[in-house]
Amino acid sequence: MGGRDTTLVLLDENGIRCDGRKVDEPRRIMIKAGGLKNADGSAYIEFGDNKILVGVFGPRDVHPKHMSNTDTGILRVRYHMEPFSVTERKNPAPSRREIEISKVIKEALEPAVMLEKFPRTAVDVYIEVLQADGGTRCAALSAASVALADAGIPMRDMVAACAAGKAADTIILDVNNEEDQAGQADMPIGYMPSLEKITLLQLDGVLTPAEYKKCVETGIHGCKIVYELQKKALTDKYFGNGESK
Amino acid sequence: MENKRKYVIPGDVITTGPYRPEQNVILDGNKIIATAIGISEIYDDSIKVIPLTGKYIPKIDDLVIGKVVSHTSLSWELDINSCYVGFLPAQDVFGRDFSAHADELTSKLKSGDLVAARIANFDRTRDPLVTIADRDLGKIDSGTLVKISPSKVPRLIGKRGTMIQMIEMATGAAVTIGQNGWIVVSCETPEGLLKAKKAIQMVDEKAHVANLTDQVKEMLESKGES
Repeated sequence: MGGRDTTLVLLDENGIRCDGRKVDEPRRIMIKAGGLKNADGSAYIEFGDNKILVGVFGPRDVHPKHMSNTDTGILRVRYHMEPFSVTERKNPAPSRREIEISKVIKEALEPAVMLEKFPRTAVDVYIEVLQADGGTRCAALSAASVALADAGIPMRDMVAACAAGKAADTIILDVNNEEDQAGQADMPIGYMPSLEKITLLQLDGVLTPAEYKKCVETGIHGCKIVYELQKKALTDKYFGNGESK
Repeated sequence: MENKRKYVIPGDVITTGPYRPEQNVILDGNKIIATAIGISEIYDDSIKVIPLTGKYIPKIDDLVIGKVVSHTSLSWELDINSCYVGFLPAQDVFGRDFSAHADELTSKLKSGDLVAARIANFDRTRDPLVTIADRDLGKIDSGTLVKISPSKVPRLIGKRGTMIQMIEMATGAAVTIGQNGWIVVSCETPEGLLKAKKAIQMVDEKAHVANLTDQVKEMLESKGES
């Protein structure tokens, strides 16, 4: 973390990345559903060194009233980084970046949630990044969909998210902080695996059309790995106690 | 066809084929996809998912337990543990000859009072209209309020009311179940009350367990002996 390390080898001759992973290997991922008593739904995710907690409220009354929509419910998302989530203290006030990520995550979740069933209500998603290490928006999005499912909001599918990118002229899966800083491209992807639909796709960097295609495929592969873990987290919470699936 | 039960989470493809999607299920092409965490049930021609989580959404004719939160000169507002507030018009309580000048609403129901009510009307455009003008409805004077997750109410009632009948028989308590997850238990003896409360909470915690009725029965009987 912190400043850029110029001597850093992003990919060695054996195809091993700076943190010891292979090119198509995601970081260690742990997802836990529930955990917060006062929220209607919650989830906690550890995505490599990222640690993110998500709480969901709703459907509930909309305040201020003028924001409510008589045709459908509304989704509100707040992505927030703790002052201690990065090496230098981060000002807790919402930054430009956080406002953008809140919007991006909201729009990535909207195709999945079926809020038209709850007109005049709001669903609030609060995302707190406790520790950041590159790829927080993907981790936050994955955790947010688990929390929404935990809250019992009807969803067409869960949104799984994972980044792909390019570093040392190679397409890699799950870009970490070093690779994001020193690499050539970063592409976060949100994906609904059962419906086979992409809900989030951003790209920072330059890719050729062929690389772009490979990058999307790599990212979707990562999303499917995350999806299995999301399913496992919910299955463990609701159907645990050694019950067979 | 088989009545196959399966644990599902949102996005799970339950099956493919010509089925009618019911509760918490959507049709995508010919795939039938669950939209909630719950137990899927396949009937002859339809599929539904019984949810294990989620808020209470009012349905017409549901019996609910509500708590009076405020009133205007013409109506009360009830907290019915939902995203909408229940609307109880004063005519319902005072009768046709209700007059906003002559009758004081607080003389019948005050803030904090519990009422058993029925959802009279509800649609997407307005808050649910509730009524207490029926037998067994109205202000609740005695009993203890127990709150459970609304999605587990069907489990507490059981098939044709078996579960709740068993609890009532074993403890001698009278249990009023609101579909919104609020339950009023009243009992002559404190032991019966505690036991009934414990049984209800047990159903809330273990709603997904298969032979829950037996487990609850066991708990009720074992406590009775000691």
